[in-house]
Amino acid sequence: MPRLSREARHPVTIILNGKRASGYAEPRLLLVDFLRREIGATGSHVGCEHGVCGACTVRVDGKAVRSCLMYAVQADGRRVDTVEGLGDDSSDLTALQSAFRREHALQCGYCTPGVLMSISDFLERNPKPTETEIREMLSGHICRCTGYAGMVRAVLDVVSNGGAAESPKSE
Amino acid sequence: MKPKGFDYLRAASVEEAVDGLKEGGEEARIVAGGQSLGAMMNMRLVEPELLVDIAGIADLDYLRAENGALEVGAALTQAELLEWSGLAEQAPLLHLAMPHVGHFQTRNRGTVCGSIAHADPSSELPLSLAVLGGEVKLRSASGQRTLAASEFQLGMLSTARRPDEMVTAVRFPNPRPGQSFAFREVARRHGDFAIVAAAAVVSDGHVRLGIGGVADRPTVRDWEALEGSALDDALNEFAWDLGGHDDIHATARYRRELVRRIGRRAIEEARHA
Ligand code: FES
Ligand code: FES
Repeated sequence: MPRLSREARHPVTIILNGKRASGYAEPRLLLVDFLRREIGATGSHVGCEHGVCGACTVRVDGKAVRSCLMYAVQADGRRVDTVEGLGDDSSDLTALQSAFRREHALQCGYCTPGVLMSISDFLERNPKPTETEIREMLSGHICRCTGYAGMVRAVLDVVSNGGAAESPKSE
Repeated sequence: MKPKGFDYLRAASVEEAVDGLKEGGEEARIVAGGQSLGAMMNMRLVEPELLVDIAGIADLDYLRAENGALEVGAALTQAELLEWSGLAEQAPLLHLAMPHVGHFQTRNRGTVCGSIAHADPSSELPLSLAVLGGEVKLRSASGQRTLAASEFQLGMLSTARRPDEMVTAVRFPNPRPGQSFAFREVARRHGDFAIVAAAAVVSDGHVRLGIGGVADRPTVRDWEALEGSALDDALNEFAWDLGGHDDIHATARYRRELVRRIGRRAIEEARHA
């Protein structure tokens, strides 16, 4: 493969939430900035920009990764899934998203897109996690609002109900 | 923060990668998972002119148990090692240490060799390699060599790797009959860098303890059959010899106390394992 020059903008095509999406990127362009600025998919957030907070977490070929620690050129030709792809259309919430709403697992919502992408990868690989395992996985995210307890409840809820619970529990 | 501009080469083979390093000289860096290097580049602590990406080299994406060791290729991720079904049996210490390495999300891209090449004094993988007496395989355009862990890591983020060399694999020796292991660490948050980490290997009468997070590299000490207060004294001496310092995470005094306590706990746990 030829060396990609820092000066040039190189074509990058990804499969974003099941659809082809193309743009241009200098090698130094972070995947998250490519998604937000080149493609206009602003669902993924940027927090710390050095791999600590998890706000930018997306799935690349199914795996939850920090999109601030990956360059757009590294994602060329790969599948990228973001929060925008979770519901069938934008008014549709998945069982996990509904559980988040029910359990107050978000407040300002800044960390939420990343957390949701982590959990979707995690539950596919480990469909019946223990609470300890859930907390361990959540340790890769920083949430300034919720104290995480609601997120833990939401995941446990989805796991035990197979995602079926619809109505608010205690109202 | 965004990284400074760099040229990018996705190497298809080890040959292509080492040619890239030769061409790029001091200004070239290898990237695999990028979980340490990427963060440092975003903060502009490192500003390479050329990034050579080895994550896609199929020849480096392996895990092999042979010749008395578990050999891990440079493209294998930490998640792949942790999820390997043979880990508990083939590498019991790694089985205990791996869950502490970063987070679920960073292990998905971070590599085993990358963590060792990065040589952070508080990282679990360099500590495990040091305690087990493992090896690092290096390759350049002009040849290859293998270094013992103790020859490889020279200090804080500093190794014996020459600028034209890349780490192609690391080797963790297999457990010997009668050996048992324990791993302990104290960190602010699970998965964060350890303030102090302790790895113990015990076999009848012999104790080996490795400590990370205090000195500028993982440090290993061996003792014969120490018990009770003799063990306390040895741990105390070790804690002072490590020469820890105060920083924003902990004071030197707190670190010494952790060495004494989790050092002892790790040894006892290994004895009862
Ligand atoms: S923005 Fe990527 S981890 Fe914080
Ligand atoms: S909901 Fe505000 S940071 Fe998590």
